[in-house]
Amino acid sequence: MNPKAPERSRFPGTLVPADKPVYSARDLEGLDPGRDVGEPGAFPFTRGPYADMYRGKVWTMRMFSGFGTAADTNRRFKYLLEHGQTGLSVAFDMPTLMGYDSDHARSRGEVGREGVAVCTLEDMETLFDGIPLGEVSTSMTINCTAAILLAFYIATAEKQGVPPGRLRGTIQNDILKEYIAQKEWIFPPLPSLRIITDMLAYCAEHLPKWNTVSVSGYHIREAGSTAIQELAYTLMDGFTYVEFGIKAGIPVDAFAPRLSFFFNSHMNFFEEIAKFRAARRIWARRMKGRYGAKNPESWRLRFHTQTAGCSLTAQQPENNIVRTAIEALAAVLGGTQSLHTNSMDEALALPTEGAVKIALRTQQILAHETGLTEVADPLAGSYFIESMTTKMEEECEKIFGEIEKRGGMVPAIEQGYPQLEIAKAAYQFQKDLEDRRYINVGVNEFVEREEKPVPILRIDPRVERDQVAAVKRYKESRDPAAARESLEAIRGAATGGQNLMPPILAAVRAHVTLGEIVDVLRRVFGEWREPPIYW
Amino acid sequence: MIVAKPGLDGHDRGAKVVAAALRDAGFEVIYTGLHQTTEAIVNAALQEDADAVCVSILSGAHMTLFPEILELMRKKRMNDVLLCGGGIIPPEDAQELAKQGVGKLFGPGTDTRDIIRYLNEEIPRRKGR
Repeated sequence: MNPKAPERSRFPGTLVPADKPVYSARDLEGLDPGRDVGEPGAFPFTRGPYADMYRGKVWTMRMFSGFGTAADTNRRFKYLLEHGQTGLSVAFDMPTLMGYDSDHARSRGEVGREGVAVCTLEDMETLFDGIPLGEVSTSMTINCTAAILLAFYIATAEKQGVPPGRLRGTIQNDILKEYIAQKEWIFPPLPSLRIITDMLAYCAEHLPKWNTVSVSGYHIREAGSTAIQELAYTLMDGFTYVEFGIKAGIPVDAFAPRLSFFFNSHMNFFEEIAKFRAARRIWARRMKGRYGAKNPESWRLRFHTQTAGCSLTAQQPENNIVRTAIEALAAVLGGTQSLHTNSMDEALALPTEGAVKIALRTQQILAHETGLTEVADPLAGSYFIESMTTKMEEECEKIFGEIEKRGGMVPAIEQGYPQLEIAKAAYQFQKDLEDRRYINVGVNEFVEREEKPVPILRIDPRVERDQVAAVKRYKESRDPAAARESLEAIRGAATGGQNLMPPILAAVRAHVTLGEIVDVLRRVFGEWREPPIYW
Repeated sequence: MIVAKPGLDGHDRGAKVVAAALRDAGFEVIYTGLHQTTEAIVNAALQEDADAVCVSILSGAHMTLFPEILELMRKKRMNDVLLCGGGIIPPEDAQELAKQGVGKLFGPGTDTRDIIRYLNEEIPRRKGR
């Protein structure tokens, strides 16, 4: 028997005060509606990046997917497009994320398991076979190997006859949050940032419609941070890219408009909405005030949202459909530009086709049945929402102060500061669950003894065997001299300081693989090792 | 206790929370950090004379990595050392690994007190105490 549930369940680490049941006009004293709230589409963008918001364009429904071989994922992409998805989003497997070819010893057991394996231009061509790259927008979740995967994408588009200038999409390319939270890295922070500034410069010239960095709080939150930590670390990462871009001599207004953001939407409904609104205001104010951006596009924070994977439970998984719908609603009320809704079975495995369809349908129901798209920022002026938005901004500034005291985000990461703060918050979350200060339905309350099994997606071991054989064949069937020369050119640019994008692009055209390029760069840049810290 | 993250998987929230909970329960804990090879994990267990190796895998590579670790432990005659773990591991896979000699695998939503209870029962049993 469970003991009686506590009377009040409080979301762990929330900034919502425990002792304040009602908000009133008094809570808005000091708020200047013209200065602090403004209008949608205008500085400081608290109310949304665009004046007409979803009347102009409903958010992009973009389901993150990838598993098995490129051919397997290509079929899933087509399935999603047939069912009304409006943008693509690629999940790569662990070896691709970490820069190993599928046939490397360290890739054993991981190929195609947690995403799709793409280590050659041929894999990328298969992934987008029959999908016109001039017409879709594609998001790629790839970071320490982003320059190489972008080169695969550009080269695939070339073969389809689509010039780089027409490509629309986003590459995550946010290495700082890798050190902080997602933990897929190769090189130390400074060489990694150099590769990113090379990409900022290259894309500003050749891929004007491409989002070059998707500054991500999603993984920070999944690693266990609170909402305010997610907000503060993410924005600070964004400002760090701006500073490195400016230092590399690129004018701020040439690259800042192509930075986009990616947030988590968790269960603490109102705090999440306030977080999204505060994010826009803080970004706009600093970009204008501190970095002297003149172009309103540089002030305008646009973001993708994913509902919180870590809020899903393995227990009574059908309840996750409800959780995801509530989180998606918060994202829409917060003004997201695109949205991924998680599938109910994701605490158990990668999602099945059926589970993904329900998740996509959840977005379609929100977009078409609820009237949500009629009015921009409908919660503006709410005593509680405006007060929480301001509180998030104030608390965020305090965390910025802690980071600046440590010399900025890069030294703070080297000192393990955000990593340790997140580990502390994650442990506190677990203790709040175990001590029943926070009720998680099906986990620590309303538990069922017998769980009904749900069907899950299984990856056939054939995937790894076939993929390994294909990579070996690919390497054997190319011109070895051209491959060697193109790798030498990458080494030269890496040591000489020239932009790395052109030689990487030339190498992938010469059928050089992901792992081979990474090996050359690793020898020049070295490897990052994190001190194994926990709280 | 060795708390370990093998392979390329970067999901370390669970491993760190478990490491902290075991420490608070009075265990001496060594956390290996991320991206460890199976050899490095088994060597750490041997050097530290660990009673248990607790392995966290959320990358789907569990059917490769657990048997590798088990095999290396057998080669080093670590017969009384418990290999257990957690992550996103389907029940059928956990059953198959149990047949091979892997201990209990804890999934999402586990109460850390259940892990501590299990270790306190299973470690003495393995050592024949």
